[in-house]
Amino acid sequence: MRESIIMKIHYGTALAAVALVAVHVLMRLTQSFAESLEYANVIANYQFLPYAGMLEIILILLSIHGFNGLRVILLELKQGKTYEKAVSYGCLAAMIGLIAYGSRTIIMVNMGMI
Amino acid sequence: MENHDENKEGIGGMINPRRYGIERVAYLLMRLSGLGLLAYFIGHIYETSSILKGQVGWNEFLALTQTNEGHAILAIVIAMCVFHTVNGIRVMLGHGGVGVGKPARPDYPYIPASQNARHKMGIYSAIVLAAIAMMYGLAVMFGE
Amino acid sequence: MTLVPSIAEEQASTPLSSAKSITLRIARFNPEHDGERKFMEFTIPYEKWTTVLEAILEVKKHFDHSVAVRYSCRQATCGSCGMMINGKPRLACFTKISELDSDVITVEPMNNFPIIRDLAVKFERLFDTHHKIKPYLIRDDSEITSNEKEFLQTPEEVEQYIQFSNCIKCGLCNSACPTMATDSSFVGPQALAQAYRYVADSRDKGKDTRLKIIDDSHGIWRCHFAGSCSQVCPKGVDPAMGIQFLRGYLLGFRS
Repeated sequence: MRESIIMKIHYGTALAAVALVAVHVLMRLTQSFAESLEYANVIANYQFLPYAGMLEIILILLSIHGFNGLRVILLELKQGKTYEKAVSYGCLAAMIGLIAYGSRTIIMVNMGMI
Repeated sequence: MENHDENKEGIGGMINPRRYGIERVAYLLMRLSGLGLLAYFIGHIYETSSILKGQVGWNEFLALTQTNEGHAILAIVIAMCVFHTVNGIRVMLGHGGVGVGKPARPDYPYIPASQNARHKMGIYSAIVLAAIAMMYGLAVMFGE
Repeated sequence: MTLVPSIAEEQASTPLSSAKSITLRIARFNPEHDGERKFMEFTIPYEKWTTVLEAILEVKKHFDHSVAVRYSCRQATCGSCGMMINGKPRLACFTKISELDSDVITVEPMNNFPIIRDLAVKFERLFDTHHKIKPYLIRDDSEITSNEKEFLQTPEEVEQYIQFSNCIKCGLCNSACPTMATDSSFVGPQALAQAYRYVADSRDKGKDTRLKIIDDSHGIWRCHFAGSCSQVCPKGVDPAMGIQFLRGYLLGFRS
C-alpha cells in the first residue's frame, strides 16, 4: 500500500476516534464516575447495541491509528529491509490481535455470554 | 563504529527538546503521548476484558485500578489524550499546508513564516487544555 | 616596482587583536585512526564583527594548521562551512562570535553527515537525495524548440517558488531535522523543499513524477512538522513550509 494511503487512513481514524472517544468519555460523566463503573451499569452499556457498536468502532479506529503510529516511530528509529518488514507485519499482527481480543469482550458481553 | 560512520545524532538528539523552541517540544510530547496512549489503550482493553469473569472478576480488577495511583495514572492519560488531540489537529492542518504562511522573497533576519504565532498558540493551547482537563479529571476522580 | 606580499606573509601579518577573547573548542576526529572525538581549546581574540569561521582560520594560521574545515565564499553563499556551533547547526561564516553570547564556543562537525575529518563532513547523501527528486524543470518541450522562445512567468508565479530556490545546499536543515537524527533513509528537508521548489514552478510539468518519488515509507510522511529545519536555514528558505505545501498535494488540500 502506498504510504500516502496509509497516512490518509491514519488521519481519518484520528478524526473519527476523537468524536467517538468524546462520546465514550462523556457517557462516564452522565452519572458519578464510580457509579458509571459499577458492574450492572457497565453490562447495561455493553448490552445497548448502538453503544456496543460504537465501542467496536472505537476499538478498530484506535488500534489502526495507534499501531500505525508505533510503526512510524519504529521505522524512523532503525532501517533495514528485514527490520522494516518485521516492524510493518508485527504492527499489523498486533493490531489484528488487539481488535480480536477487544471484539471478543464486546461481542460476548453484548450477547450475554458471561 | 556505525555512529562514527554516519555521525547520526541518534535518539538523544531526536528527543532533545531544548534547542529548537516550542515546536520541538510539541514534537516530543506528541510522540510520548502517542506511545503512552497506545500503552493505556492496550491496558484498557485487557482491563475491560475482566468483565467476562463476571461481577467478582470485574470488582477485583476495579479494586486494582480504582486506587490513588490508578487515578493519578488516569489523570495523566486524560492530559496525554487532550494534548495529542489538540496538537494532532494542529499538525494535521499544518500537514495540509494550512496556516504555514505564504511563500515570499525572504528578507534578513529570515524569520520562518511556517513557525508563526498561530502554530505556537496552537501548541500552548494544547498544553493548557491538557492541564485543565487533567485537573478536571483529578477533581472528578478524587472529589467523590 | 611595488612588492606584492605573498599570501602567507599577508595572512601572517593580520592577526586578530582585541581586548576581548573567547575559548574556541574544536572537535578533532579522524575516522581512519581515532576511536573517539577529542576537543582542542584555543584562546582567540575577537572583535564585534569576527565570525566563527575567522576564529577557526585564526587557529589554522597561528596555532594548528592541521584543523580540517571546509569553506569558500565567507559570505553565506557557497554553503560550505556548515557546522555545529554551540550545539546548533549554523554557517561558521554567517555566525558572529559576539552574537553567540558565550565565552566558550564549541565547534563540531554537522550531525547526520559522515565525518571526513574534524569539521569537514561528506555531502554525498545530501546530493544523492537532492538529485533523486529531479531538481530541474521537467517538460516535453524546451525553450530552444518552443515557438515562444522563453517560458514566461508573471511576478506572482515567480513568488510561488523563488524563496525555495535560495537553497545553497549547506545541509543545516538536514542536520537539525529530528527524523534525520535516526533515519538514514529519510529523503530529508533539503530535498523535499527542493521538490516543492520545482512542483510550484509554473513552467514545470513534473509534479506527478516527484510526488510519486516522495510518497515512500522514508519520504515526505516522515516529516512531522517540527520546523527545526526552517529555524536553522541561513537563507530563509523555510523548508518546513515547502514540505507542508508539497504534502498538501498528496492530501488533496492543493491541486
